Amino acid sequence: MATIQEKISALVPEATFSESGQLYVTVPDAQWHKLAKALHDDKESPYDYLIAIVGADWGETLGCVYYLESTSTAQRLAVIVQTADREKPMLHSVCDLWQSANLYEREVYDFYGIVFINHPDMRRLFLRKDWVGYPLRKDYNADPALNPIRLENEESYDTSYSVVEKEDGTLEEQRPVIFTPEQYVVNIGPQHPATHGVLRLRTSLDGEIVTKIDPYCGYIHRGIEKLCESLTYPQTLHFTDRLDYLSAMQNRHALCLCIEDALQIEVPERVKYIRTIMDELMRISSHLLFWATFCMDLGGTTAFFYGFRDREMILDILEETTGARMSFNYNTIGGVMADLHPDFQRKVKEFCRYMPGSLKEYHELFTGNVIAQQRMKGVGVVSREKAISHALTGPSGRASGWACDVRKRMPYGVYDKVEFNEVLRTEGDVFARYMVRLDEILESIKIIEQLIDNIPEGDYALKMKPIIKLPEGRYFRQVEASRGAFGVYIESRGEKYPYRLKFNTPGLMLVGSLDELTRGGKIADLIAIGGSLDYVVPDIDR
Amino acid sequence: MYDFSIITSWIDSFLRQYLPEWGALLIEFVLIGVALLLLYALIALFLIYFERKVCAFFQCRLGPNRVGPYGVIQSVADMFKMLIKELIRLNHVDQFLFNLAPYLVITASMLAFGCLPFGRGLQVLDFNIGIFFLIAASSIGILGILLAGWSSNNKFTLVGAIRSGAQMISYELSIGLSIITIVTLAGTMSISGIVEAQQNGWFIFTGHIPAIVAFLIYLVAGTAETNRGPFDLPEAESELTAGYHTEYSGMHFGFFYLAEYLNLFIVSGVATTLFLGGWMPLHIPGWEAFNNVMDYIPSIIWFFGKCVVIMWVIIWFKWTFPRLRIDQLLKLEWKYLLPLSLVNLAVMSILVVLGWHF
Amino acid sequence: MEVKIKSMKYEDFKDNEYLENLVAELNAAGTNVVVGCFDDLINWGRSNSLWPLTFATSCCGIEFMALGAARYDMARFGFEVARASPRQADFIMVAGTIVHRMAPVLKRLYDQLAEPKYVVATGGCAISGGPFRNSYHVLKGVGEILPVDVYIPGCPPRPEAMFYGLMQLQRKVKVEKFFGGVNRKQKRQEFFEGK
Repeated sequence: MATIQEKISALVPEATFSESGQLYVTVPDAQWHKLAKALHDDKESPYDYLIAIVGADWGETLGCVYYLESTSTAQRLAVIVQTADREKPMLHSVCDLWQSANLYEREVYDFYGIVFINHPDMRRLFLRKDWVGYPLRKDYNADPALNPIRLENEESYDTSYSVVEKEDGTLEEQRPVIFTPEQYVVNIGPQHPATHGVLRLRTSLDGEIVTKIDPYCGYIHRGIEKLCESLTYPQTLHFTDRLDYLSAMQNRHALCLCIEDALQIEVPERVKYIRTIMDELMRISSHLLFWATFCMDLGGTTAFFYGFRDREMILDILEETTGARMSFNYNTIGGVMADLHPDFQRKVKEFCRYMPGSLKEYHELFTGNVIAQQRMKGVGVVSREKAISHALTGPSGRASGWACDVRKRMPYGVYDKVEFNEVLRTEGDVFARYMVRLDEILESIKIIEQLIDNIPEGDYALKMKPIIKLPEGRYFRQVEASRGAFGVYIESRGEKYPYRLKFNTPGLMLVGSLDELTRGGKIADLIAIGGSLDYVVPDIDR
Repeated sequence: MYDFSIITSWIDSFLRQYLPEWGALLIEFVLIGVALLLLYALIALFLIYFERKVCAFFQCRLGPNRVGPYGVIQSVADMFKMLIKELIRLNHVDQFLFNLAPYLVITASMLAFGCLPFGRGLQVLDFNIGIFFLIAASSIGILGILLAGWSSNNKFTLVGAIRSGAQMISYELSIGLSIITIVTLAGTMSISGIVEAQQNGWFIFTGHIPAIVAFLIYLVAGTAETNRGPFDLPEAESELTAGYHTEYSGMHFGFFYLAEYLNLFIVSGVATTLFLGGWMPLHIPGWEAFNNVMDYIPSIIWFFGKCVVIMWVIIWFKWTFPRLRIDQLLKLEWKYLLPLSLVNLAVMSILVVLGWHF
Repeated sequence: MEVKIKSMKYEDFKDNEYLENLVAELNAAGTNVVVGCFDDLINWGRSNSLWPLTFATSCCGIEFMALGAARYDMARFGFEVARASPRQADFIMVAGTIVHRMAPVLKRLYDQLAEPKYVVATGGCAISGGPFRNSYHVLKGVGEILPVDVYIPGCPPRPEAMFYGLMQLQRKVKVEKFFGGVNRKQKRQEFFEGK
C-alpha cells in the first residue's frame, strides 16, 4: 500500500490520503486525469478495472468517488474528486481510459448535473431531456408541478452535447452527431419482446446489418437511491429484492454485508451457511431463466417451458422457507428472517440429484443443435481487455477469460470453505457466455451439496436494535450476483438514514457494451448478444 | 371404392334438367365456392386447435381445455372475437394497398387450396397443368406479404417483408425443382393424373432415392414457404415484434393468421399428393387381401390422415428448432438445397429414361 | 343474474354483488331477444379468447411469464397467444412499475390496441406505486393514465392471483353489450376529462 501512496504523492503532491476499510485518495480535479492515466498505465499494478463511479452531494461541493481495481494484483483504490462549486459543476472525464466510465459519468450527470469535460456524449441517461432539476442533489425540488406526468411523446436525440477542453485550456461546447438523417434508425424497445423489459435501443440499420446502437435507459428508473436516503437502514433492504429480481438473495446479501461490516458485527455461522445456500439456489434459478429466455429469443420456444418447469422446483423450495416466490425479503441485518423449513434439506438434495440430468436434456435439446451452434459461435466476441475496460463482470466477463468472480477474489459467506471451480472460457462469444452459465449451474450444485449437510446449529439471526446508526464513513461491499459483481456503497454521517446509498449494478455495464458488440452483426445477432448478456432492466435503471 | 364424383355428377344432371346451362353452372359455382370457403374455415380452425394442443404436449402443458370438451371450440371463440375486433384505420399508410394485402394473401391460399384433391372425384380445379397452376397461384401470396410490409409505413414491417420476399422467392426454387422431379417421374402435370399414377405404389416408394431426397427437400422448403419455424424470420417475434403484419388488427390480421395455417395445410396436402399417393390407399403389390381392406377406408380419410401426419412433422420442426439467421437461411437454400435438387432432378431424369423405377 | 364462467365456481368469487349490480343496471332497460343472443355469443367468444400483449417492466413480468409457462399454463383458458404487436392484442397486463418516462409509451401502447381493449393492473406498483410510491419518477398507479378494468394486488402477485384476476376480467367481458350500448360505467371521454 505504501508504494502506491508514494507514487500518487510523487505525481500529485496535493493528494490527501485516508483509510476506511481501504485506501481513499482525495485529489483536485485539475490533476485527476493525469493521475488516472498514470494509474491506468501503471507498470506494476495497472488499475484497469473501474468498478464504480459514485456521484455525491457533499453540501458545499459535488463530487465523485471512483473505485478502481487492478485485475492483476487485486489491489483496490478509491479516488475522491470534488467540483469547484455547485452552480456550474465540472470534472474531467476518464472515459477515454475506461470505457465503463462512459455510462457511469452520464449517470452522474443525470443525477447531479456534473458535466464531464471531454466526455463525447453528455446526455441524460435515465430521465427525460425536459426533466427539471437533478434529483439526487440534496436541494432537489420534488414539487410535482415542476415535473408533471408528461403524456406527450418524448423527442429522440439526434445530436448530443459535449464540452471539450482545447489545447490552451479553454472550454468549448460541441454538438456531436449521433444519427444522421440518412440513417435507417429503428427503435427496438421500450416494448419489445427481446429486450427483456423496457430497454430502448435506437438501432441504425444498413439492410439487416446493425451499424450503431444508442441505448436509452430509464424506462423503469424508480429512483431507489433517492428513496433510500429518507429511509432507515432496515427499511432500505426491501429495495434490493426489486432491483435485479432474479438475484434478489445476492443483492440483499450485499446490502446486509455492507451494513454488518460498518457495524462490525459477525453473524452466526448458521446464517452464513444459509445465506450461501440461498445465493446459490438463486443463481441456479436465474441461470435457468436465462436459458429459457435466451432460447426463446433464438426462436426455440419449447426450451422456454423446460427452463421454467425446472425453475419452479427452486421456487417451491424457496417459498417454503421464505414465503414468497419472488420478493423474498429473507436476509436481514444480522441474520435471516426465518429459520429453514424442516423439509428444506431434503428438497434441496432432491433437486441437486435431479438437476444434472435436466441439464443433459438441455444440451441435447438446444446446445447440440446445428442451428443454435451456428447462431451462437463466433458472434459478439469480446476480448479480455475489452471485457475489463467495459467492466463486464459475472458470467459475461468470465466467458472472455477474465477471472472476475467475487466469490473467489474476496470470499464472503462461506465461499472460502467450499471447493468450486470458477468457470472460465476464452472465446468471449455468445456461445461461451451461454456455456459459462450452464456450467455454473453445476458448480452451484456442487457448492450446495458441500454445504447442505453441514449447516451448523445455532441462531438464525442476531438480536438487533430497531434503529441502527452506522458510524461515520464510506463503506463499499461487493458480492457476486447472478449477472456479475453487485456493489453497495454507503456513505454514513452517523445518522439512522444513509447519507448516500448507491447500488452498483452489473446490468448497466452490460448495456454499455452492446454498441461495440453488435456493430456489424445482423439484427438476429443483436438479439442473440442481448440475450447472452442477460441484463435485467430494473437492475440497469434502479 | 367410393367415388365422390357420383354425387357431383348427379347434382350436375339434376340442375341441368331444370335450368339452362349457364344457370346450372352459376349455381354450381356458388355451391362449390361456399363449400370451399366452409372447408377452408373449418380446416383452419382445426389446425389452430391442433397446433396448440400438439405444441402444448411438446412443452409439458395441457393447452386449451376450458372452452368446450378438451378445448375443441377454443379456435371458434378466437374466430368470433377476431371477427368483431376493431379494424384500426391508420393515418400514415397507403390505405388501398394496406387493405388489399390481406385479401391477396388469402386469395392466393384459396386458389392453391382449390387445387388439392381431397378424395376420389373430390377436386375442384383439375386440368392438364394443375400442379403448375398451383405453384403459380400460391406465389401470389408473396405479393400480399410484400405489400403488407411496404404499405404499413413501419420499419419493422418493411424489414419483415423484405426478409419474406428474399426467403420465399429463394425457396420457391427448391419447391419447384422437387415438384418437377415428381412430374418427371409421373409424366404428367395434372394433379389427378399424378394421383392416379400412384395407384400401385406411392412415389416415395417407387421413385427410389431421388424421390426420397425430393421429399425431404420439399419438406424443408415447404416449411420455409409457409414462414414457419425454424424459418419464421418474416414474423420473428423476438426480432421484429410481429413482422410484416405488425400493423394489422382485427380480421385483417385474422386473414394472415388463417392463411398461415392454411398454407401449412396446402404444403402438406401437396406433399401428400406428390409423394404419398394423395387419396390413394396404401397398396402393397401381391397382398390382395390387405389391399382390399385398405380400399374400404374412404379416400378422404386417407388424404386427411396423411396430411395430418405431415403437418405434425412440420409442427414438430417449429417447436424444436431455433430460428435461422437471414444469411444462414439464404446460404442453406442457394448453396445446399438448390444444387442438391438440381442434381436430384438429373438423377431422376436418368432413372426415368432408363426405366429403373418400379 | 349470475355471471358464470367455466373455470371457477360462482360462489368462489368474492365480489359477486358488484357484477350482479352491473348486470342489473345493464338489463334494466331490457333488450331485444335476437340482439341479446348475439351479445351472448360475442361475449362468449371475447371472454374465452383474450390475448395479452407481451408487456412487462419488472418483477411482475417474470411471474407473468411463469403464468404462461408449463406449471400454470394460461393457454388453458384461452389466453393463448401473447401478441407482441399491440394491434393484435386484447388486453394489456401492466406488470410492473410505470415511471414517468414510460408513461407516454404505455399510453401510446394503449392507444394502439384495437377495441375492445382492457387493462389489468398487476402488482402493487401498477396499482398505487407500491414501495416506490414516494419516488420522484414513479406514477402513483397506472390508473392515473389508463382506465383500469381489473386490479391484481401483490408484490408480485402469485400466478394463482393473476388467474383470479384474469377470470374476473373474463366475467367482466361476459356482461358487455356489443349491440345494445356500451357497458362501461364511465365513457372513456369522461374518464380523461376527469369527470
